[in-house]
Amino acid sequence: MKELSLHILDIVENSINAGATRVKISIKEESKRNLMTITIADNGKGMDEDTLKKVVDPFFTTRTTRRVGLGIPLFAQAAKMAGGDLKITSKIGMGTKVEATFIKNHIDLQPLGNMADTLVTLCALYPHVEFIYEHSVDDKIFIFDTGEVKKRLKDVPINHPLVLEFIKDYVDSNLKSILEV
Amino acid sequence: MKSLEELEKIREQAKDLINLRKDNENKTRIVVGMGTCGISAGARQVLLAILDEIKKRNLNDVIVTETGCIGLCKFEPLIDVIKPGQPKVTYVNLDAEKARQIVAKHIVNNQIIEDWVIPNI
Ligand code: FES
Repeated sequence: MKELSLHILDIVENSINAGATRVKISIKEESKRNLMTITIADNGKGMDEDTLKKVVDPFFTTRTTRRVGLGIPLFAQAAKMAGGDLKITSKIGMGTKVEATFIKNHIDLQPLGNMADTLVTLCALYPHVEFIYEHSVDDKIFIFDTGEVKKRLKDVPINHPLVLEFIKDYVDSNLKSILEV
Repeated sequence: MKSLEELEKIREQAKDLINLRKDNENKTRIVVGMGTCGISAGARQVLLAILDEIKKRNLNDVIVTETGCIGLCKFEPLIDVIKPGQPKVTYVNLDAEKARQIVAKHIVNNQIIEDWVIPNI
């Protein structure tokens, strides 16, 4: 993966495969602590402790013929390369939370990449899942909540081409304004 | 900066188009491989290119969905195109530009681009 936004897309795919109907993605950038924290929390079916230990192991797979479950180790590696770490907490029936930390100005920190593209992809493919995206840079914050979008759309589906185009511009322009110095 | 208020306007435009959509039962499906390898090989840009072509060409009878890993990493990004009443066609090693051409040639004009197809999987 070349961008953190692709890791995020991949981790959210895991959440949805685990039956999540609600996924919260949060990115917190703190200049004072020189830290960026990315959290992906879902209400999927969760994992027991055994499985939890195994998902961080790159040689683990839930199926024998396919290399699924590679996403978490790759994300963990991206965090460690940037002086951070990755933690997962999960409980059967309670969902899963993946939290990755990064040193903000670390030379090996991957670029965040295009979060608007990641969110458009998720809304296009999973119109029935609720996504909440919360991005803060120190005291500036942007929140995108598909629940709010759907309330305004009424009977128009969120994956309608015109709506997806709007979401792309909406996220892009709002993110730009909080990322500006 | 954009605001959610603009959705009201979009809702009006989209509603007209939806009525057109309903008449058509026989839809073409495009299935994009969104496993870890797919994403890392560029599946997100392939998907966005397909969505963009669908919007530009105003295609009302195409559904885009996803599949996870199908164990064909070295062929990623890949998509299946399933037209009603026709066998599934799997395109491999795609990028955004190829994906746009598939929409133009295969989806719109019914011409399979044989060079990019993997047979019988
Ligand atoms: S896409 Fe699943 S192993 Fe490559």
